Order: sequence, then structure tokens, then C-alpha cells
Amino acid sequence: MSFERIKEKLNILADAAKYDVSCSSSGSNRANKNKGLGDATGMGICHTYTEDGRCVSLLKILLTNHCIFDCAYCVTRKSNDIKRAAFKVQEVVDLTINFYRRNYIEGLFLSSGIFKNADYTMERLVSVAKKLRLEENFNGYIHLKSIPGASDELMREAGLYADRLSVNIEIPTRAGLKRLAPDKNREDFIKPMKKVKNEIIQYKAEKKIIKSTPKYAPAGQSTQMIIGASGENDYQIMTASNFFYKKFNLKRVYYSGYVPISYDSRLPQIGTEVPMLRENRLYQTDWLMRFYGFDVSEILNENYQHLDLDIDPKLGWALRNIEHFPVDINQADKRMLARVPGLGMQSVYKILQARKFRQLNWEHLKRLGVALNRAKYFIVCNSNQFERRDLQPATIKGLILQNSKSKFRNATSSQLNLFG
Amino acid sequence: MQQVLTYDGSFEGFLSVVFKIYEEKLVHVDIQKVAHVQPSFFGAVAEVLTSKEHADRVWKGLKKKLTTYGRNQIYYSFLSEELAVENILLDYIQQVFASKENIEKDFSNLTVLKLAKITKSVGREKHRMEAFVRFRLTKDNLYFASIEPDFNVLPLISKHFKSRYADQKWMIYDIKRKYGLYYNLHTVEIVAMEFPKSFDFTKTSDDFFANAELEFQELWQNYFKSTNIESRKNMLLHVRHVPKRYWKYLSEKQP
Repeated sequence: MSFERIKEKLNILADAAKYDVSCSSSGSNRANKNKGLGDATGMGICHTYTEDGRCVSLLKILLTNHCIFDCAYCVTRKSNDIKRAAFKVQEVVDLTINFYRRNYIEGLFLSSGIFKNADYTMERLVSVAKKLRLEENFNGYIHLKSIPGASDELMREAGLYADRLSVNIEIPTRAGLKRLAPDKNREDFIKPMKKVKNEIIQYKAEKKIIKSTPKYAPAGQSTQMIIGASGENDYQIMTASNFFYKKFNLKRVYYSGYVPISYDSRLPQIGTEVPMLRENRLYQTDWLMRFYGFDVSEILNENYQHLDLDIDPKLGWALRNIEHFPVDINQADKRMLARVPGLGMQSVYKILQARKFRQLNWEHLKRLGVALNRAKYFIVCNSNQFERRDLQPATIKGLILQNSKSKFRNATSSQLNLFG
Repeated sequence: MQQVLTYDGSFEGFLSVVFKIYEEKLVHVDIQKVAHVQPSFFGAVAEVLTSKEHADRVWKGLKKKLTTYGRNQIYYSFLSEELAVENILLDYIQQVFASKENIEKDFSNLTVLKLAKITKSVGREKHRMEAFVRFRLTKDNLYFASIEPDFNVLPLISKHFKSRYADQKWMIYDIKRKYGLYYNLHTVEIVAMEFPKSFDFTKTSDDFFANAELEFQELWQNYFKSTNIESRKNMLLHVRHVPKRYWKYLSEKQP
């Protein structure tokens, strides 16, 4: 193995893959078998973090950054004048195994530019995964990209070796896609996603009857949308997200604040700030949908198309629906506790457990780790002290902003001044 | 008057002390490791010998009162090696035995909450070690890693590495506590090791390590750099996830 050549390829093809933000390595159930290498049964592990604070769990690379498409938002687009490289199948296998043996990674995330055509590319991706599984007896995590337009047969095979498959929708709306990636159409993205969804359902059903049915993409599917490249508002983004969760049983939708990489006039120019705060608010909304029992329409709808930047979406919802509060910590059900600003699901769980033993008061809640600076306006507990003033939502918002330190304070300081 | 009871520092030793306290109905005790016993001006100091039988009886008793979750909390907290953690554990165990109900999730009880916090720290350290162990291939075909965890987590990570690296010999050595785990392709053993004077844990000298070892480290460092997005740089967040005290043994952080 020529380390110099590999190093050069790795630099190019890791750099090109980094805009794909997914790095999850959890949710699979592939155990080590026959004293082989690797195990993907546990929770995900971040082996290190990049200097921008993102988890590094997988060796995330492109097989090649040669691409026949010219999507404006993509750094490997055909018209971009950059260094190109391609790994051989065996090189990727060797890198993965050697990194894994040193406990650098949980497994491989393999994506690719599209060379020749969709099937040719997908076939190469599948052959890497197949080699790892069959020749190396590798049981670590494998995440493969579904190449838009790949045949059903290849997608079926991919799922037999990969733990997770993903196809990035990238642009949330049809119109945006048409403008920025004219060679692609939405159906090409949907097709492999649909195939994988159906295979997962079928394999699961068969497994119930025949134990020896092989695993098929046990960690499910995910997708990614770019934020702030094509002018969509939060309502459109989260509606699309909700559609994919519901329609294709996705495990995750990722939101990736657009990092300007070109001078194309259709896009934010180089030097434009990455919309990280907005990205954060979208993830919070995503969490509210998946773990907190919210319907997307409660947070974003025709009347509220933009998430507040200065406060989190749950607080925003509570202030718009103040008639549901105050909530009695010692009586309320799980669903309602989860809706109280300042209570995370961990706190909710602890409250539900702890209140079996005694009525909880402020001191108890504080020790449990409840963010009382936010929660106190929305709850009562076993104490005769509580917020008695009939505060208007705007006043509560002002008080909370005054008494909290947001990591995004600088980004929203103009709003803060209104109340300061 | 307070009585100091010492034990050998093992978990079984600690449980043996608990047994003695119940058997002899002792009150006002202070449990200390025999190796770091603080001389006391007032009370007497008595050494309790470790008894597997006594330890088993206490553990069995706890099994009736607690789920795996609660018993894990006791073991995890014990491994924290925090000063006087034995006394917190004794307080907890006494409350467990005194209560009709299982109290392990009474998060409004101060002792329960304290234990939950210590357990969380130890659990975090365990998870960090599963993440931050960096094996380096030696000339003898052994994948070797050295660590200096805040808590004594080697016993907790053994299973994880065994089921993952079933086909390679490996060793994880705790420099602070001077012992290691060694997997010989069949079982994991606890080993004490003597290292040559010239051996520097933070260096990958080719006297000890395989020829290609540094090349792979360099590839990994390169990968680590390439995968970073400069315009999103956030060192505060980075250091929160990868605290500086761990950098010494992380291949990607080597100069």
C-alpha cells in the first residue's frame, strides 16, 4: 500500500464528503459473529470531534469526486475546478479495517460522485460493503449512499450489507431543485428511498416467520436537506421533513446549514455566514416532533412560517398557547410535562419517578436539573410560592431572555435589546 | 465515637465491610481504603478482611431490593474512587435495606441523587474510554493502548472491547492505576506490567511499534484535518467534547 498516494486521495475525498453531516453509528443490531472483527450492537460512539464540534464516528469518504452532474450547491459539481481522485475498492476496504482495528472509527460512511451512471456507481459502493462483510468478516457499521436513480436490484443488495442507507434530498422543494440541480429530478431521489423502505418492511415481516432471514439495513434510512441555499422557509423545510419521516419511515432527517462554496449567482456568496442558529432551531423542532409528542403543525403552519431565532421553538409554542399553563408538576401527565419550557425528556422522566415518593417542590426540581429560569413561569408544584402575576407572553419572554445566557447571544443581540 | 473500618480497596472488600456493619450492628463508622487510611485522633481503626462469602451475601440481599440499574449504580459509584464514596454508598445501602419499596429512582432523595450523579460521571468516563482508546500495533502484533482515566473504568469496558476486537490481540493499560486488560484471543486477563525505562507512552517509537504504525496514525491525522469545516470552527465546543486532558493519547492530536 503506497501511503503517499493514499494520503493524497484521503485528503481530497474526505474533504469532499464532509458536507454530509450524518455521522450516526447507532440503531443497528449487528453483533460480532464467528470471532470476526467489529460489533455494531451498542449505542453510537463519537471517537473524536472535529474542530467545528461535529462528531467523528465513521470514516466518511467519497469513493470518487468525479461527477457527471452539475448541481450548483455541490462542491464536486462537474464544472468546479478542483482536484479529482478515486479510490480503488480494495483501498477503501484496507483503510476501513486498519482504522477500525485501532479504534479510530465505528465503521464506514461511503458516498460517491456519480461517474458513468447511477447503477455503475451504486455497484461499486455495494462491492465495498460486500467485500467488508464477506471477505473480512467485518461487523462494524456501514452507511452507504443510495445513488439517485439506482436500480431496485442494486438497492436490494445494498441493504443486505449496509446498516444504514441514505439519499440526500438536499433541496427541500421541487422548484428549488429545478433551479439548482436541473439535471436531477425528485423522482430519482424518491425511487431508491421507496425501494429500501419496502424491503425493510418485507424483511422484517419475513424475519418473524423465518428466523434465518438476513438483516436488511437494520439502522434504517436517513436523508439531509441543505438550509439557506434555495430560499425555503422553515415551514416548507419542516413540512418536507415531516413528509419523509411519515412516508418513508426515516430514522433521521439532517439539516445542514449551507456553507458557501461557489460564486454562482443563484446561491449565497462565499463569505456569507453559515446559518448555524437557524440550523439549531430546525433540529430543536425535529426533536419536538420525534421525542416530545408535538405535531409539526403546532409549531409551524400557515400563520407561523418562521421559527423564532431568539427563543427555542418549545418556548415559542408555550407563549402562543399560554392558556395550557400553569402545569402542576405533581399531577400532569407525561405528554403535558414534555411541553413545559425548561423540561427535557430526562427531567420529565425523573419527575415521573420521583413524584411517586413524595410531592415535589422547587428545591427538588432544582436538584433534578430542571431549568427553572424558564420553567417557573409555566408550572406550579408543592409550594405556595409561584408566579402570581398575570404575565403576558411578551413579558415572560422578556424576563426569560434577560435571565438566561444563550450560546447564541451575539447572534440575537438585536432582539435582546428590545427588552434590555 | 466514630470507628474507622479499613478494607483492601476491592469491591468485595467493601461489601465485606458492609456485612460486618450489619452483623455487629455498628454505628458511626467511617470506611477507608487501607492504603490511604487517615490517622484518626479519636476512634479506633480496625481492618476488615475481605470475604467472598460475606460479599456475596450482601450482594444477594441487594438483588432482592434493587434492579440491575440500582446495583450498577453501586458498582459504578464505587469505581469512581471518590473520597469517602464508601460512606455515601453505606448510607445508600442502609436506606435500601430499610425501605419496603425500591428507592433507586427516588430522585428527590439526596443520597439517591448523589449516587445518580456519581454514576453518571463514571458512565461518561466509561463511554469516553470506549471512544478515546487508540490502539497502536506493536512489533509483536499486539494492539496496545494506554489511558489515564479519571475513574477506574477498566472493569467496565472489558466486555465492550472483547466483543468488538475478537480476532486481534489487544491490551489496554491504565497508567495511573498501573494495571491493564489483556485479550489473548480467548479471554480477557487483568495484568500488571513492567515497562522498560526507555518506553514513553506518548511516543510511537519503532523500537516497540510496527513499521506501518506511524503511517496509519498520519493517515488518521490527515483525515481528522480534512473532515473539519473551517467556516464552522468552534473550539469551545470541540474542547467540551474532547477535553484537553485526553489529548496526550489521541493519535489525531499528536504533533
